[in-house]
Amino acid sequence: MGVLLEMKGIQKSFYGNEVLHAVNFTLEAGSVHALMGENGAGKSTLMNILIGIHRRDGGTIAIDGQEVEIESPAVAQKMGIAMIHQELSSIVEMSVAENIFLGREPVKYGLIDYRRMYKQTEELLETLHITLDPRTKMGRLRVADQQLVEIAKAVSQNARILIMDEPTSSITDREVANLYEIIRNLKERGTGIVYISHKMDEVYTITDKITILRDGESIATWNTQEATNDMVVKAMVGRELTEQYPRREPQIGEPILELKGLTKKGQFEDISFTLRKGEILGLVGLVGAGRTETMQSLFGLTKAESGEIYIKGEKVSLNKPTDAISHGIAYVTEDRKGEGLVLPMSIAHNTTLPSMKELSNKVFIKSAEEKSRTEQILSELKVKMASPKLAVKNLSGGNQQKVVLAKWMLKEPDIIIFDEPTRGIDVGAKAEIYKLMNEFVAKGKAIIMISSEMPEAMGMSDRILVLSNHRISGELRQEEFSQDSIMTMAMRYM
Amino acid sequence: MKKEITGEESAAMKAQRRKNFIARYGSLIALVLMVIIISLIKPRFVSFINLRNMFRLASINGLLAVGMTFVCLTGGIDLSVGAVMGCAGMYSAYFAQESMGQPAIVAVLVGVAMGLVIGIFNGVCVAYLKVPAFVGTLGSMSIAKSLTYLLTDAKPIPKLTESFKFIGGGMVGGVLPIPIIIFAVILAVCFLLLYKTRYGRYVFAVGGNANAARVSGINTKRIIASVYVLSGVLSALAGVITSARVTSGVTNTGEGYETDAIAMVVIGGTSLAGGKGRLWGTIVGIMLMICLTNGLDMLGVGAYYQMMVKGFVVILAVMLDSLSSD
Repeated sequence: MGVLLEMKGIQKSFYGNEVLHAVNFTLEAGSVHALMGENGAGKSTLMNILIGIHRRDGGTIAIDGQEVEIESPAVAQKMGIAMIHQELSSIVEMSVAENIFLGREPVKYGLIDYRRMYKQTEELLETLHITLDPRTKMGRLRVADQQLVEIAKAVSQNARILIMDEPTSSITDREVANLYEIIRNLKERGTGIVYISHKMDEVYTITDKITILRDGESIATWNTQEATNDMVVKAMVGRELTEQYPRREPQIGEPILELKGLTKKGQFEDISFTLRKGEILGLVGLVGAGRTETMQSLFGLTKAESGEIYIKGEKVSLNKPTDAISHGIAYVTEDRKGEGLVLPMSIAHNTTLPSMKELSNKVFIKSAEEKSRTEQILSELKVKMASPKLAVKNLSGGNQQKVVLAKWMLKEPDIIIFDEPTRGIDVGAKAEIYKLMNEFVAKGKAIIMISSEMPEAMGMSDRILVLSNHRISGELRQEEFSQDSIMTMAMRYM
Repeated sequence: MKKEITGEESAAMKAQRRKNFIARYGSLIALVLMVIIISLIKPRFVSFINLRNMFRLASINGLLAVGMTFVCLTGGIDLSVGAVMGCAGMYSAYFAQESMGQPAIVAVLVGVAMGLVIGIFNGVCVAYLKVPAFVGTLGSMSIAKSLTYLLTDAKPIPKLTESFKFIGGGMVGGVLPIPIIIFAVILAVCFLLLYKTRYGRYVFAVGGNANAARVSGINTKRIIASVYVLSGVLSALAGVITSARVTSGVTNTGEGYETDAIAMVVIGGTSLAGGKGRLWGTIVGIMLMICLTNGLDMLGVGAYYQMMVKGFVVILAVMLDSLSSD
């Protein structure tokens, strides 16, 4: 296959800080090329240069062997470069067809020719084997389908270079299979696809080549078949990670939390289990199985219709987060930016937010104590930052997650609920989070961990509960863990 | 690693730092420059009497703007402040009439109570009944105006007791006006509240991300409701002081003050989106607007032109802030 895109010696600095040093990247027509690297490695900057959001400071970009200047996103679009962002940008109040033809609607007598628009959309979706009604409002579609519409839109704009940024981060396994089909279809049409992902299994399934970026440099490019997991991880972090899931000898103690028949119709039904001191309990299931909903109810964010909760043998009612927190429960939510952090607030103030009562006397905040406690916990968790006074939004994903952890650790809870603890953070930071989780339970405390990443669930949990269609469909002890048995249980009530 | 800083790059850093400086201190610099320029042309501008007049005016507008700052920090807005001011002014004047024979404190409490009630109404609407702040306070603005006119069928209330009038016109030691003292005390309390208590921290947190605040165990609804109560009470106090100052209850007191208050807050760098802002910025915003009005008066610029100037100043201030804080 011919070379479609060649980026050579790309350099870029922001405010005196060089973030890309002579990066090379070559994409062939009809291939899928994984771009991997830790957060902050330069993937986004490189792609933003390609789609005309940033201008490069040095190096050359050639398409079909012709050197080009990509001055703006409009120019990129004309050259057939499109990007499917992680956070989709469709207009939810408009139909599928209107979204696809936004800004270039077919016109007849000065009015939008809806008939032609719908017909063309239908044809387009058909060639891509996407079964959606062009008249459906975008907002009514699932995220996965919205993503497919964006892909269709890119195709309709004759995109030959398609960048996909973590396309599977919020879609179910079945939808992933469908996405792969579409990607293979695009490959056959000669489209070159840049596939940004943290997930190894995906990269092995769908990509032809892998390029690794680290600290703004292109470290290596391999054919995917030749690259081993270890090679990839080593290249990404610059050192060997001997233990991805650090071992520990679990010291399981007495029960600390008990749920009896917790039910909210259509969300979770008859959920009963016991959590013990020193235990990491994995909660797995397909997206929509009711894992997060159950935990939200345990944390007092939503109310269960029936069922009982016991903490240390005592029956409790948890109607609001304050109740749960005062009973020693902490919740590291799935959506770090939406529910975990107050982004414009400083790192320090985010850290102490749940502990303000302990850090205040009757009227005022005890500033000195707040400062020393904050500095202590942030350094314990090795949060990398210029100053705790900086707004937390300036940190990388991994460091933000550590701040979320720090704010709960400061509160000294007995139970932490982790909802997808390592989503969207890089390998190095992952290992550190795992280590912190282990240290936490080693102190006789307990963790409930929701995870959609099978290796993580199996690597970290002492016991796994599987949810299927809002109910518990099985429980596995560590020696029984296997991908097969978990999947079978996850599908049981579907 | 190639991270050595070349001359050109450090120039870029300097440019960024310059931008941040403008965002933070732009309004303050503008205020200082304005005071210098006007006083050079009209030395009377910085005379003791004129300064005292300006500060006294600022104390009344300032009460509204300080309350509005809290509201804006939570991401809300309070359009009812002017109407609450008028309403509280009328009701306190009603009880301050010589014919009523009530002590001044009763009149003050009645006025403040009006602000409290409307503030609670606003807070409940916005925080608990999910009415958007713009709509909820627009409604209560209309309600407050109605209450104001109904009291006397829109007739002014003259002949107030001397003790009540002292609140607006009196001076301590014959030089320091009471309204300035009241405002200074309120301001000090609000500074402590916002920066030294956990309540203030929660206000910033709720405005920055209400969901994260809730998950952190903060009663977000109560915090949101409380800022409207604060705003209502402070506006009412401004109304009481105004009635005492002009020695009668007038129905159009406070009309249009809500837009001035919002202008003062945004000139001070507080974001209407919530979570970001500073109280001292609002003080700069208050003084800037007051000096502008007074200065333009002195320079003989007509009121109709002044509105245009003020409009541009507000837009310019926020533009500088947005452009330099990306």
